[in-house]
Amino acid sequence: MSPNITYVVVAAVLVGCGVYLLLSRSVIRALVGFLLMSNGVNVLFLVASGPAGEVPILGEGDGGPIADPVPQALVLTAIVITLAMTAFVLALAHRAWQLGGTDLLDDDPESARIHRKAEANDTSDDETVQEAVDSIAAGFADEETGEERR
Amino acid sequence: MLAFVTAHAVAALVAPWLVRAVGPRAFLGLAAVPAVTAVWALTRTGAAGGAEPPTQVVGWVDQLGIDLAFRLDTLAWLMTLIVCGIGAMVLLYCSRYFADGDRAERGDIGRFAAYLTAFAGAMLGLVTTDDLLTLYVFWELTTVLSYLLIGYHSESKASRGAAKQSLIVTIFGGLAMLVGIVLIGQQHGTYRTSEVLAQPETGTPVVVGVVLLLVGAVTKSALVPFHFWLPAAMAAPTPVSAYLHAAAMVKAGIYLVARFAPAYADLPVWQVTVLVLGAATMLLGAWRALRQCDLKLLLAYGTVSQLGFLVVLVGTGTREAALAGTALLVAHALFKSTLFLTVGTIDHAAGTRDLRDLDGLGRRLPWLAGGAGAAAVSMAGLPPLLGFAGKEAAYEAFLHPEVWLSLEGATLGVLVLGSVFTLAYSARFLWGAFGPAQRTPRGAGGDWHEPAPVLVAVPVALGVSGLVLGPLAPLLEEVLLPYAAQWPEGAYPVSLAVWHGVNPALLLSVLTWLAGAALFLAREPVATFQARVPRVVDAGRGYQRIVHGVDRGALEVTGAFQRGSLPKLLGIILSVLVALLGAQLLRGVTWPSEVRWADTTGQVGVAVLVVIAAVAAVRARRRFRAVFLLGVTGYGTAMLFLLHGAPDLALTQVLVETVSLVVFVLVLRRLSGKFPDDPSVLNRRMRAVLGVAVGLVVAGAALTASAVRFRPPAAEGLLETAKSYGGGDNIVNVILVDVRAWDTMGELSVVLAAATGVASLVFLRQDAVVRVRRQLQDSWRTRTHLGPSGDGSRMWLAAGPQLEPRRRSTIFEVVTRLVFHTVVLWSLYLLFSGHNNPGGGFAAGLVCGLALALRYLAGRGYELRLAAPVMPGLLLGAGLFIAAGAALLPMLFGYQPLRTFIVDVEVPVLGNVHLVTSLLFDVGVYLVVIGLVLDILRSLGSALDDQIAAEEVR
Repeated sequence: MSPNITYVVVAAVLVGCGVYLLLSRSVIRALVGFLLMSNGVNVLFLVASGPAGEVPILGEGDGGPIADPVPQALVLTAIVITLAMTAFVLALAHRAWQLGGTDLLDDDPESARIHRKAEANDTSDDETVQEAVDSIAAGFADEETGEERR
Repeated sequence: MLAFVTAHAVAALVAPWLVRAVGPRAFLGLAAVPAVTAVWALTRTGAAGGAEPPTQVVGWVDQLGIDLAFRLDTLAWLMTLIVCGIGAMVLLYCSRYFADGDRAERGDIGRFAAYLTAFAGAMLGLVTTDDLLTLYVFWELTTVLSYLLIGYHSESKASRGAAKQSLIVTIFGGLAMLVGIVLIGQQHGTYRTSEVLAQPETGTPVVVGVVLLLVGAVTKSALVPFHFWLPAAMAAPTPVSAYLHAAAMVKAGIYLVARFAPAYADLPVWQVTVLVLGAATMLLGAWRALRQCDLKLLLAYGTVSQLGFLVVLVGTGTREAALAGTALLVAHALFKSTLFLTVGTIDHAAGTRDLRDLDGLGRRLPWLAGGAGAAAVSMAGLPPLLGFAGKEAAYEAFLHPEVWLSLEGATLGVLVLGSVFTLAYSARFLWGAFGPAQRTPRGAGGDWHEPAPVLVAVPVALGVSGLVLGPLAPLLEEVLLPYAAQWPEGAYPVSLAVWHGVNPALLLSVLTWLAGAALFLAREPVATFQARVPRVVDAGRGYQRIVHGVDRGALEVTGAFQRGSLPKLLGIILSVLVALLGAQLLRGVTWPSEVRWADTTGQVGVAVLVVIAAVAAVRARRRFRAVFLLGVTGYGTAMLFLLHGAPDLALTQVLVETVSLVVFVLVLRRLSGKFPDDPSVLNRRMRAVLGVAVGLVVAGAALTASAVRFRPPAAEGLLETAKSYGGGDNIVNVILVDVRAWDTMGELSVVLAAATGVASLVFLRQDAVVRVRRQLQDSWRTRTHLGPSGDGSRMWLAAGPQLEPRRRSTIFEVVTRLVFHTVVLWSLYLLFSGHNNPGGGFAAGLVCGLALALRYLAGRGYELRLAAPVMPGLLLGAGLFIAAGAALLPMLFGYQPLRTFIVDVEVPVLGNVHLVTSLLFDVGVYLVVIGLVLDILRSLGSALDDQIAAEEVR
């Protein structure tokens, strides 16, 4: 199958621009990037669907070869989900603005803490697990404490 | 047999209610289920031993060839009696073991009763099933139920830790076993156990499979090196220990070994695994048991030791050893459950189970002492109990090796040494439990209370049955022989009896008794010696180290990648994408031999526009400019769809783009005009590099994917069936509501979840929702009052008077008034014609949503409430409900879900109406999409209006 270069270029540019914006710290900018990427991916479906053709509706058109309907159905669901996603991310951005006065993403303190712990080789967090296992071992396997008690 | 398993499952389901109604007495009723099963098994004794044992096959998963097949041969019969007989006794015991309590406590006990009964059922299924995959299912059921039962005291950290440990170890073994089962089943072409065993193959895959089966057995039966979970599992209530960790669950591994021994015991790897691990376990467990002060732990280590013993016997693969092994299986189940239940009663009555503190229980509980005494004597292997008959047979079976310096000869030595230890710890148990205290009791005397008769009667009955079966051993031999007779008789036949006359085996037994007695009498020096010897095998620590290592690994990996910055994380993910796909593209792939530059010149024009808009969007510093340029790319994409021959896509994309613009505007009015981030030059350059790289990779992937495609499009067959089967001309719509309707259903769920998320992010508290509800009720009232002759007819919009004059636009109100109903009608047209023309539920819902958006923009929240006086949740829920109903309705008539029917109805005025049932599904889609848009307008529109107004007042 021979690909349509125009589609390929459009998809690549949309995805590339989308990636650039997606890596921003502003939620809205990242969302714009995400939507550019989804437009690009939808165009990729056109690349996969082969040459342009008549509308895939029986009885319409001039009887030429029709465009592949399966990718169209896949893209249709994707478009509507993108709308739902847009609304949700905008609500998130609004909530971030309500709480912090801006839609900038700060670093996640919890992840940063884990990173510091890994740097310091600090495994004190699984102390709870360790304690539990030790208490089993202490309760069941030792006779040293028993002798002390004696 | 399936009926009995089902009966257990039903009993388990009703157990919580039963306990809530009558308290722990409910265990009496639950005990009846396994008791009846055991009685039924007894009535099948003859048939089980015959040439054609009772079988039952019920189809289950035909596609995978899994059947609910059951087969009650001698081994299954024996295990059924053990599992159900002891199960009934333990449940009976539980009826007085648990004190009745308030509602919450009854709830806990009810849960416990359900787990224990379900466990009995799972175990019954495990030992009677004749299908390897079903066996695995029951196997894992027992694992999970054991986890729940060990962790019964869920408030105790030790209890939870022990439960988790046993779960991880036995699940590990279970998964290994599953792989083994698949290997064996695939090589034999059947998963029916009896068929596999009838004609065992011996290729390498089968040998590997058998080893993996043994891994499952070794973990379940707590053999070295996995023995450590069993003592820790003593955190469970004592009846659980008696049942799961002595009589039933740990025997599952023994059962598995016994089941497969007739076919695979000759494999060298089997011999080495079974004999070495079994012997090591027997010695290690007995050695550790010698120094335990907690009676329950003493028994736990004793169980580990006995399990090793049993595996050696049933795994050796001779008629003599198999006979001894099955006899000891019975003996062990009887004496070990007696002893555990005895400990439970002592713990209950005296408030402690430390053998150094217990004083004079022999006088206080003479019956219990008698029953436990019989059991301990059986465990020690003294005549005339069943344990003696079994041990004598075991000695006899190993007494005639061809070469003494062999695995077999060494095994005999281990058996004797292990039996010496066993006698010593049996004596230690009896002396500790019923003899005088070994130190000043610490408050134990004050806690004493007399145990209920059941708590004494159950262990005594079990202990006495071992005593009765001793002299009856020849009878037992008769019923066990059909299993052992799968091997030919050896040169030195063995029989089960209490007295064979004076022979080498008896002399060996006498030697065992003398050495054991000496070991018990010398217990003080032995204890000192034991304390000094370093622990050679410490698998428990090894397990902890592995768990700790996994934790460490998780921390390092998480720490390395989770830097806390979302852009960095996304950058890592995208870099991996570029690296993997890019490397493959550079290494060489098939590139297309010919390309088309464009289908039409129009495509090129639109493409240039889209590319310019995308690049400009990247450079935009103001929010609205970026959103506007994004819209240009969106509308451009819609244009590309249209030129490609996809009118449905183009229509939907245009509508979605428009709704998106409205949503963006609604939210952006709250935020600053410019983007707040101002990244450094380096940062921007790195992002640009990554963006270009991803774009290139995408282009390369698209080109090579087109080049290697050789199949015709999947849609070719659809052209005919769309009309005949789906009943529509619009193939895209037929795909959405018929061919891939499940996919659409999933999408509706996503939309519903997202809409709910939007609402909950804006309406943070319940009172906000309540206020909206009240406003909606007001709107209903307004609607009914505004009749055609009311004041409303003189205004363009009902909300007119409510609006601030300087924000009103009369032209907008007039246009809204004029087009609203037309647009809604158009949306209905799109909905109903969508099956044959461009349109359908998605596009129609979006059009209707845009009509609502128009009303909202003209008259704000008040107008929106009048236009659609319902909660969005109602539309979303109703839509999904209708779609699911359309999917399930054909099932009521015995068809596939989502099956489409085509009906032509003559309607008097309208004429012939062509109805396709998938329209109902599309109506569901329509409602969900309207619900989504309404939800957005309510949340991000009018709710934000209210917040802004509230802030202005402040």
